[in-house]
Amino acid sequence: MSDPRVAGAGVTKFGKHPERTGRDLFAEAGLEALDAAGVAPDDVDALYYGNFMGELAEHQGHQGPLMAEAIGVDAPATRFEAACASAGAAVRSAVRDLRNGEAEVVVVGGAERMTNIGTAAATDALAIAADDLYEVRAGMTFPGAYALMARSYFDQYGGSREDLAHIAVKNHEHALVNEHAQIQKEITVEDAIEAPTIASPLGLYDSCPITDGAAAAVLTTAEYAADHDIDAPVAITGTGQGGDNLALQDRPHLAQTPAADKAAEEAYGDAGIGPEDVDVAEVHDCFTIAEVLAIESLGLYERGEGIHAATNGETDRHGEMPVNLSGGLKAKGHPVGATGVAQLATVAWVLDGTHPRADAVPDGTVGVAHNAGGTVASTTVHVLEVKA
Amino acid sequence: MTEPAPDGQYDEWLDAIEADGGYYVECANGHGWLPPRRVCPECGSRELRDEPLPDSGDIVTHTTITVATPQFEDDAPYVTAIADFGPVSVTGLVRGVDPEDVEMGAVVGIEVGERETTGDRAVVFRPR
Repeated sequence: MSDPRVAGAGVTKFGKHPERTGRDLFAEAGLEALDAAGVAPDDVDALYYGNFMGELAEHQGHQGPLMAEAIGVDAPATRFEAACASAGAAVRSAVRDLRNGEAEVVVVGGAERMTNIGTAAATDALAIAADDLYEVRAGMTFPGAYALMARSYFDQYGGSREDLAHIAVKNHEHALVNEHAQIQKEITVEDAIEAPTIASPLGLYDSCPITDGAAAAVLTTAEYAADHDIDAPVAITGTGQGGDNLALQDRPHLAQTPAADKAAEEAYGDAGIGPEDVDVAEVHDCFTIAEVLAIESLGLYERGEGIHAATNGETDRHGEMPVNLSGGLKAKGHPVGATGVAQLATVAWVLDGTHPRADAVPDGTVGVAHNAGGTVASTTVHVLEVKA
Repeated sequence: MTEPAPDGQYDEWLDAIEADGGYYVECANGHGWLPPRRVCPECGSRELRDEPLPDSGDIVTHTTITVATPQFEDDAPYVTAIADFGPVSVTGLVRGVDPEDVEMGAVVGIEVGERETTGDRAVVFRPR
């Protein structure tokens, strides 16, 4: 079985939509994806849907069938939960089903409603991705966890808050033309450094915003796409997933993300490529330091070198290795359960030339999407390639 | 109101620290963990026994949290750190030192304190 194709994708405007229900957000993205693909709802074999905090934000569990109904699909629907990597996990299952012939058309996606409960409650909800007994009860928040990793990174490899600020500046600049982005505002290194601290050494501009939004994509077999005259030049050629101890305290290294190393190695091997073949990457920059850890785990940079990438202009849209052309989670926003598919959609659009920042890699044929859960105890990596 | 049920071995572990009898769980191959564990996630050993937690640990990373969850609202700003006790590392609140003076490598002891916001028990580190 050949590699699954991205037949179409849809993403809502990310931002503050406290009054919009999760089902309405997902309906918008899902219907847009179905329309873009030109696939009849009756042909959909399954919905794999990512969501993290629906119980806490909307008092709504069992969202799979609810979301299938919301997009007019009568097919088995299952929710995936892997914290911020929920949608990446959904994509991986879809890729496997399409490859092994168990499905011809799968809708993947995710949604998260977060701002309706306010910043304090959302911070509380996000924290449950950590170990409740040993981390949350010791005051760990989601930004706090990445702050612990950032300080450890500085201690072991060097780097500074200014290097992190360059990542924020880059991703804000990338998002200026992204109509789906939550934050379309240019910032300076000084703005980032002088912003209020959230969890030292991380400040407001090191952190992604709290976001409502949804994303969806229609994945099909190459054969289905050909038989139905669907123009779907981008294939998912590699999938990988890795895991790690849930609690940071149980890991031997606080400034590395081995779950992402494992996911990347598997995905590259699956696709038959290496990091040197990658033209563009969307990585999980829930905090600026996370982008550093991601590009090192993806093999795009050596350990301890990723911190300088944005400072040196290598990962901006004019650089050798553009990272997060969408604006990343940092500026695009991070509706947790939707992020993995929003990344997938971005890479597909960059590669097929329809993304507003596609001109950064006019000849690009290989992209990766790196989606990490919690403090990277779950990670998925997907390789996308342009196929004839 | 119904009293919340204790969290088994976790609350027993806190009780032991309060009684100056802190421990960790060690497998046959010397890998250290915090309870409850029935198997070593590192090597699969099921021969686990309790060992005394070393008296002090070193802070390997720390953060001063200013934006807290509602459960720590009145505690903020507060310091959360990971301390390396040798065979096992533990996450706790650092008290007894100004947040700006917390340093990497600082030696701390472990005790049980209370969250200012809710009165719930929490692991606390104090400089030695």
